[in-house]
Amino acid sequence: MHHYITEGYVLPNQAHIYWTTMIVLYPYITGIVAGAFIISSLHHVFDKDELKPVSRFAMVMAFAFALFATLPLLNHLGHPERALNIMFTPNLTSAMAGFGFIYSTYLFILAVEIWLVYRTDIVHLYQNTRFPALKPVYWLLALGVLDISKEAEAVDRKVMIFLASIGIPAACGLHGYVGFIFGAIKANPWWASPLMPVIFLLSAIVSGVAMVMICYILIHWVKGKETSYDCVHALIETAWYFLIIDVVLELLELVNHAYMANEDWTILKQLVTGKLFVSMFIIQILLGSVIPFLAMGAVVVFKEKVPAMARNVIGVVCGLLLLAQVGAMRWNVVMGGQMFSKSLRGFLNFEVDLYGREGLYAGIVIFALPFVVIFVFSRLLPLWGNVDTFPKEWMKEKPPVRQPLKGWSKFTS
Amino acid sequence: MSPITPDDVTRREFLETVAKTGGQSFLFGSLFVNTALLRLPQAGADPKSRAEAEVGKGIVYGFVVDTTKCIGCGSCVRACRAENGVPEGYNRTWVEQYTFYPDGEVFVNSPNGGENGFADPAPTRNKPTGPEAPMRGFFVPKLCNHCIDTPCIQVCPVGASFKTDEGVVLVDHERCVGCGYCVQACPFGSRYLNPETGTADKCTWCHHRVIKGLLPACVVSCPAEARIFGNVSDPESTISRILATNRVQVLKSFLGTRPRTRYIGLDSEVI
Repeated sequence: MHHYITEGYVLPNQAHIYWTTMIVLYPYITGIVAGAFIISSLHHVFDKDELKPVSRFAMVMAFAFALFATLPLLNHLGHPERALNIMFTPNLTSAMAGFGFIYSTYLFILAVEIWLVYRTDIVHLYQNTRFPALKPVYWLLALGVLDISKEAEAVDRKVMIFLASIGIPAACGLHGYVGFIFGAIKANPWWASPLMPVIFLLSAIVSGVAMVMICYILIHWVKGKETSYDCVHALIETAWYFLIIDVVLELLELVNHAYMANEDWTILKQLVTGKLFVSMFIIQILLGSVIPFLAMGAVVVFKEKVPAMARNVIGVVCGLLLLAQVGAMRWNVVMGGQMFSKSLRGFLNFEVDLYGREGLYAGIVIFALPFVVIFVFSRLLPLWGNVDTFPKEWMKEKPPVRQPLKGWSKFTS
Repeated sequence: MSPITPDDVTRREFLETVAKTGGQSFLFGSLFVNTALLRLPQAGADPKSRAEAEVGKGIVYGFVVDTTKCIGCGSCVRACRAENGVPEGYNRTWVEQYTFYPDGEVFVNSPNGGENGFADPAPTRNKPTGPEAPMRGFFVPKLCNHCIDTPCIQVCPVGASFKTDEGVVLVDHERCVGCGYCVQACPFGSRYLNPETGTADKCTWCHHRVIKGLLPACVVSCPAEARIFGNVSDPESTISRILATNRVQVLKSFLGTRPRTRYIGLDSEVI
C-alpha cells in the first residue's frame, strides 16, 4: 500500500487509499451483469420483441461477467482464503455480509436459466455435432438430460418464466445492493446517500445495455452480417431512457450536496472542482452524458430517417462513451470518497498503480476474462439465436423445425 | 405433463405484474430503507443513557483526553508504536496540532502523527504576504473512540470486529478477511489495514496490558497526565471523578456513535 502525497491535513491512517482499482472494477462488472440481464428480460418477460436478436447474447454476457464478479474482491482481500467466512459466519448487521448470498443466488438463477434456454440446442448439438470430441462436452452441458419432447420443453419454459421473473428483482438487488454498501456509510459524506443504490442500479443498466449494443454491432460488423434495424434502435432507445434517469439522479445528488452546503461541502466542493474535475465534469457529464444524450436522442427522435450505418456508428460510439460514463461514475464514487480525508482538511494525490495485484493491468486481465468465456461459449453454442444460426458445417443434419408454442415461443427462438 | 393451455397466459401476466411490482418495490424500498438507516438511530442502539449503560455492570473502561494538558511531546505515539508493533506509516494514536490565526484561519498538522514531537510550536503559514503570528494553539491526542454504537463492528461482514464486555472494541485477526470496510466506516480514521498481517488493525486501549492490571502504554508514557484511563463503572475511580467534575465532549457526536473516549477542552475546530 502506498503512502500517497497529501495536501492539507490528512489523518495519519488515511494517507493510504485502501480501496483502489479492484473496488472500482467490482461494481463496474456487477453493473454490466445486471444491465445485460435486464436487456435479456426486456425481451423474455416484458415482450420487447425488437430485442430478440440480442436477448440470448445478453444473458450469456450477464453470466460470463457474473462468473468473474467476485474476482476483483478476492484479489483485493487481505485474506482471500477466508472469503467464505462471509457466508459461514456472516455478521448480519453488515451490509457487506449479504453479498455472498445475494451473489450466489443470482448466479444460480442465471446458470439455470441459461441452461434451460439452451437445453434443446445442447441436446440437438449432442446428437448432431460433427466433432466426436465435443459429444461428451455437450452431454455434460446437458447434464445428461436428453429429453427434448414437447412435454419436457413445456416444463422448461414454465421454469424459465418463473426464473426470469425472480431474476429481475435479483439482478436489481445485486446491483442496488452494491450501491447500498457505499450509500450506508455515514462516516463518508461523499458516499452517505439514499440515492446511491438507485444511481448504481440505473448506471448498471446503462453500462449493460451499452456493452451488449457495442458487442452486437461490432461482432456483426466483423462477421459481415447485417444488424437488425429495430434491435439497434431499441437498444439505443433503452440506453437513452435509462441514461436520462441515471444522469438526472447523479446531478440531483451533486446539486443536493451543493445546495444543502453542510460542513462537508467545503471539502467536497474542492474535490469535485479539483481532483474529480476531469473524471466528473469532462468524462462523466460532458463526454459520457451530454454527447450520448444528444446523439442517441437524435436516433430516438428521427427514427427511420437515420440511415442504418449512421445508427450503428452512433450505437458503437455512444456505447463506448456510456461505458466511460459509468466507469467514471464508479471511479468518482469509490476513489472520490477516499481522495479527501475525514479530517475534512486535506486531500490525497492518488495515482493508479500499473503493476501489482491491484494494479491497472490486473484489472484489464480480469475484465478480459468474461470475453474469453463468451468466445468459448460461441464455439459450443449459438450466441445470437437458436441452433439454426449455428454454422451448418459444424452439424450433421439440420435441426428440426419446432412448432412455436403460444405465449412461450420467444424463449427458444 | 399436460400441454400448454391458455390458462398459462394468465399466469404469465401474473408473473409479469409480480416482476414489475418487484422492480418498483425495490426502487422505492431501497430509497426508504436507506433513508431510514441514515436518519434514524442505529439498529441496536441502546436507548439508555451512557451513565445507566455503564454503571453497575462490572468493569467498563473509559478514556479521557485532557487537551488542556497535552504538550505535544509525542511520547504516547512512540510508546504505542513500541508496545504494539504498529507498522511505519500507520498510527493507533496520534497527536494533532491546532494553530489559530487572527484572520480566522486554522492550521492543523501532525507530522508523522506527532511521533517526534512538534519542532515548531507555532507553525507559520506559507503565505505570500509573509508569516503572521498565531493567536493561540493546542494539541489534541487522538485514538480509537471505542464507540458504544460503533459503525466498524456494524459493517464487518464476518464478525471479526467485536466489543468486549468492558466496552473495548477489538479485531479478531484470525477471522478478519481484510476487506477494509471497517476502515471506511470509521468516521475518525482510527483504523487501518496492517500491511504485515493483511487484517484490520486499531487501538485496543492496550487490552493485553489492561487485563493484567496495567495501564495502556500511551497513558503510562504521558508526562503531562493528559490521558486518563480507567473503570467508569466504579464511581471511586480517577476517571469517574474526572468525568464527574469536568465538562467533556466527544468527537463527531452528530454521527450518533457514542464514543467512549471523551475530551476535555475540545474546540469546535477539532473534528
